[in-house]
Amino acid sequence: MKIVVCVKYVPDATGDRHFADDLTVDRDDVDGLLSELDEYAVEQALQISENSDDDVEVTVLTVGPEDARDALRKALSMGADRAIHVEDDDLHGTDAIGTSLVLAKAIEKAGFDLVVSGMASTDGTGGIVPALLAERLGVPQVTLLSEVSVEDGVVKGRRDGDAASEQLEARLPAVVSVTDQSGEARYPSFKGIMAAKKKPVESWDLSDLDIEAEEVGLDGAYTKVVTAAQRPARTAGTIVNDEGEGGKQLAEFLASQKFI
Amino acid sequence: MAEVLVYVDHADGVVRKPTLELLTLARRLGEPVAVALGTGAADTAAALAEHGATPVLTHEAAEYADYLVVPKVDALQAAVEAVSPAAVLVPSSAEGKEIAARLALRIGSGIITDAVDLEAGDEGPVATQSVFAASFTTTSRVVKGTPVITVKPNSAAVEAAPAAGAVEALSVTFSARATDTRVTGRTPRESTGRPELTEAAIVVSGGRGVGGAQNFAIIEALADSLGAAVGASRAAVDAGWYPHTNQVGQTGKSVSPQLYIANGISGAIQHRAGMQTSKTIVAVNKDPEAPIFDLVDYGIVGDLFDVVPQLTEEIKDPREMSGSQR
Ligand SMILES: Cc1cc2nc3c(=O)[nH]c(=O)nc-3n(C[C@H](O)[C@H](O)[C@H](O)COP(=O)(O)OP(=O)(O)OC[C@H]3O[C@@H](n4cnc5c(N)ncnc54)[C@H](O)[C@@H]3O)c2cc1C
Ligand SMILES: Nc1ncnc2c1ncn2[C@@H]1O[C@H](COP(=O)(O)O)[C@@H](O)[C@H]1O
Repeated sequence: MKIVVCVKYVPDATGDRHFADDLTVDRDDVDGLLSELDEYAVEQALQISENSDDDVEVTVLTVGPEDARDALRKALSMGADRAIHVEDDDLHGTDAIGTSLVLAKAIEKAGFDLVVSGMASTDGTGGIVPALLAERLGVPQVTLLSEVSVEDGVVKGRRDGDAASEQLEARLPAVVSVTDQSGEARYPSFKGIMAAKKKPVESWDLSDLDIEAEEVGLDGAYTKVVTAAQRPARTAGTIVNDEGEGGKQLAEFLASQKFI
Repeated sequence: MAEVLVYVDHADGVVRKPTLELLTLARRLGEPVAVALGTGAADTAAALAEHGATPVLTHEAAEYADYLVVPKVDALQAAVEAVSPAAVLVPSSAEGKEIAARLALRIGSGIITDAVDLEAGDEGPVATQSVFAASFTTTSRVVKGTPVITVKPNSAAVEAAPAAGAVEALSVTFSARATDTRVTGRTPRESTGRPELTEAAIVVSGGRGVGGAQNFAIIEALADSLGAAVGASRAAVDAGWYPHTNQVGQTGKSVSPQLYIANGISGAIQHRAGMQTSKTIVAVNKDPEAPIFDLVDYGIVGDLFDVVPQLTEEIKDPREMSGSQR
């Protein structure tokens, strides 16, 4: 069985994230890392592999700038077998529709029985790439799972929605996404980190995937950011030390604001 | 006037509030045409008409409940082909975003997710989004195809605007992929009787400082005195003190109520991502350095076990409070 895990390299959420002059996410001046939410995807792929009687190959795939290689290294040190890095200057500014095109072409080229991705990227937070991949690849979408298993060519999982918790089932090949409720991701071991150095990382560009530059990037995007403004800092509020009357003072504040 | 397709989120015919908000926003762009699918679809018509839906296109079939997402994409695509709308609006739930994304791809259009506001523009709708944990506000447009936009709850005030709301049957042919992912079991959420977290006007949340599952009773008591929904930080959810459905933040719900009260929550960036756009923010935390205090309109540095029960009592019994007012 071949599993492809989609992982994204994202700016650190605890750092100072901002926009570049062309209103794309600034990736040059900010520290990046493997999206924490995609660590869950790597973890579930590794568990599916460990629980399978078949030979399973876990490939991690990223579309991103040169530094995105760090995300692949981390996933390899967690235990993935090989990595693919799609990198091309023309990809700068690609939106979700374009990203899904590149990922889908790369997944097809790599070959797959199962695609595993995270629930959302921590920078864009769209949460739509997995559904777009299923649509493009023409395979079942089994997404937002907090529990997942694969047996006899069937993927099963639990999707905890707002109105109900659902049990889902589909035949492979399929696209799966997992949530941060699916189980903590493992830490890379020292052995894993050493082993990762020897694992193959392939590099593909747009021509390797038969994609024209106009189909992606800022110019190929289906959406355009018109303005981006830092949210004005909230005006400093009143802070009171509780000296025994804190609850009453808070009630007065709520009354003054007509909440009670 | 151009027509704007609005995807209706409903439970057996009862329309959820975010859909009514969408109708308000849709009217800024054109004439709303509603699409309601599944059991009880036709029952949505009265509520939708009251809020401005001209026709309500309906289709009932078992597939909508028995298979994931794709049957709904098929139906929405049929509606787009029948109506040729100027835009398609979908509530920004997890499922809503997936439906919208697949639809956009099929009809060759761009998609904007999680809009918090929407205006008509010379070159089509302009969507406002709140990004990077609400530290930036952006405006965007779809530049190819029919704009498909998902909109977060609490993005607009619901306004009544009576319209015809005639029910029309939508004709839908399911695609080969419609029955790919089977729903083999469904456990409905138990209702707590409290308002929906994302729709509530007031949210009262508890974090690690609450210290245990039983202690959430004092958070619930405060919430009930205000008619509020209860939220929790991920630390409280991961500890097993409160259900994940109540988690506020990046990987939980994003809320934008009139009033948010954070109790024993430090205010990590991922938590802020889900509550920073609340109108009024109040916090109770014993650490004066907690980052949550950077956001508050009113903050109490103190032990929540003293402050929260006292507040609840004051709300339930305001006589005493008037005594303490200056
Ligand atoms: C990818 C990712 C996604 C995440 N998603 C979310 C998310 O959706 N939602 C979320 O909330 N977090 C999320 N987190 C986790 C987040 O980073 C924080 O760890 C979490 O929000 C901390 O929760 P907390 O504030 O309750 O706990 P803590 O940070 O431990 O804070 C507890 C606070 O309680 C105060 N306190 C303790 N006792 C008392 C008392 N008796 N009275 C008053 N105050 C008291 C303390 O002073 C402290 O400030 C995510 C993290 C990652 C990496
Ligand atoms: N550039 C990318 N490279 C690899 N995987 C990605 C990329 N963008 C998104 N994904 C995958 O799609 C998921 C959802 O992303 P999004 O729709 O952007 O929120 C992520 O958790 C990743 O698994």
